[in-house]
Amino acid sequence: MSAAFQRRLEIPEPHNADHTELHPELNRAHVRFIGLGKTYNGQQGPVAALQGIDLAIQRGEVFGIIGRSGAGKSSLIRTINRLEQPSSGRVLIDQVDIGEFDEDRLVALRRRIGMIFQHFNLMSAKTVWQNVELPLKVAGVSKEKREQKVRELLELVGLEGKHKAYPAQLSGGQKQRVGIARALVHDPQILLCDEATSALDPETTQSILGLLREINKRLGLTIVLITHEMAVIREICDRVVVLEHGRIVEQGPVWEVFGNPQHDVSKTLLAPLQHALPEELQRRLQPQPASPDAAVVLRLQFTGSQRDEPDLAALFSALGGRVRLLQGGVERIQGHALGQLLLAVAGSSLDAEALQKRANNWAQHVEVLGYVV
Amino acid sequence: MWFDRLLQGFIDTFLMVGVSSLIALLAGIPLAVILVTSSKGGIYEAPTLNRALGAFVNLFRSIPFLILMVALIPFTRLIVGTTYGVWAAVVPLTIAATPFFARIAEVSLREVDHGLIEAAQAMGCRRWHIVWHVLLPEALPGIVGGFTITLVTMINSSAMAGAIGAGGLGDIAYRYGYQRFDSQIMLIVIVLLVLVVAAIQLGGDRLARGLNKR
Repeated sequence: MSAAFQRRLEIPEPHNADHTELHPELNRAHVRFIGLGKTYNGQQGPVAALQGIDLAIQRGEVFGIIGRSGAGKSSLIRTINRLEQPSSGRVLIDQVDIGEFDEDRLVALRRRIGMIFQHFNLMSAKTVWQNVELPLKVAGVSKEKREQKVRELLELVGLEGKHKAYPAQLSGGQKQRVGIARALVHDPQILLCDEATSALDPETTQSILGLLREINKRLGLTIVLITHEMAVIREICDRVVVLEHGRIVEQGPVWEVFGNPQHDVSKTLLAPLQHALPEELQRRLQPQPASPDAAVVLRLQFTGSQRDEPDLAALFSALGGRVRLLQGGVERIQGHALGQLLLAVAGSSLDAEALQKRANNWAQHVEVLGYVV
Repeated sequence: MWFDRLLQGFIDTFLMVGVSSLIALLAGIPLAVILVTSSKGGIYEAPTLNRALGAFVNLFRSIPFLILMVALIPFTRLIVGTTYGVWAAVVPLTIAATPFFARIAEVSLREVDHGLIEAAQAMGCRRWHIVWHVLLPEALPGIVGGFTITLVTMINSSAMAGAIGAGGLGDIAYRYGYQRFDSQIMLIVIVLLVLVVAAIQLGGDRLARGLNKR
């Protein structure tokens, strides 16, 4: 049998539903979900936790899954290392269907996939060192190799001096660092983060996310994380999917989803990050101009589809009159400038509609909120 | 004279409780592990086995020790060849202690956070790794506490073993104190028993506390 022919036999025939011919990037996907579904038997009959999930996660990216609690995030991430057995559909890792793996292959797979947890899940009866060592120990790695690897990883996560401590003696951030060291001890290619920062204070969250980003860059690891905090996604992710009732309702690069969320759930989740109209202003706002010199209140939204920050001088002169900035902010996500400006324009020769049109040359969404005196 | 008797009683009690508790420890832990891991959602889920084993354990736990001892006489004769003396008492004591201790150990094992099992699976542990490296070490303080309770209960039960001529401190107190109205001996025995129980409890608590790193 020729080598070429043999190779052909090893490659599974691509199924039509996979669209691999049409989308070659799917062939390189690190993790792929195809028509994935999960049904639990609840007390009132079967409950669908996941339905028709089709998704491709690329090698080396930081991929975020966000949704409200009960949206199915946990179930979805757990199908990647088969802590959760899907009811239908397939999960491919490096193009290999993991659905039929026996215990041996599953154990081998799980050693290529690290996982960290919201509540850290460290063994309380073991020291930091023993916790990090455990995955190597059960894999039968020699003592010298174990020592070298554990030392290396404790150094990576910045816990060199703590190896004799028990988890109960550590702070939340330190515990998660132990969790990360433990997850990386087999040099995995994928790291799963299950609400890894949700039990941490904001400052510690930042340091853990910083560590994760560094690991992603340094080791070229694919990171899949689930969270209910948009801030985490903004901080670290390349792409994001929004999950609701077990279905994907929105997905795309983070800047796109943040700049221009389409689905109600995405908007709700984003709300805490966005500036709402100040209440005091809201009360003064009138739907019609009370007097001829009332100022028009405009909301300008920048969705990041243009890479540059808005040129304010040009914008203000185009609007004419006296432009006051009521509130506003611009942030950069993945090199895209996103933000919103609330402006009050008084004494312009243009009416509200014309102002809206003008402003549209700078911002992607312009809204007339009303008038203030 | 009475000192010799007392010493002999102490040795008999020590033997009965020590041997039966040791066997209960060695048999009870595997039994508890099977009860926990075979239950619904466990790592070796086997509902039929779980129910059968649970019923068996409950059966022996519900029989009062005095009755169990008498009912087991034929079985005891089969095992040790006699129905009289210290070794004859070890058989019913062991059979009473094992399910008792297994249930207590089971509770400790069941209390191990499911997240730890999940973490162990995620890191590539096989199922027996989970039992050995996660379930048992994490439940150890509770198991030690449970074994302390078992020891104290066995001292209690061993007093009844005097009924089949097993001797022991309890038997001395009963015979001298109750039947001969020799309250002095009874008092000494009571003090001795209280001291032994207190020492076991103290030692067990210390050990459990030392093992508990939470």
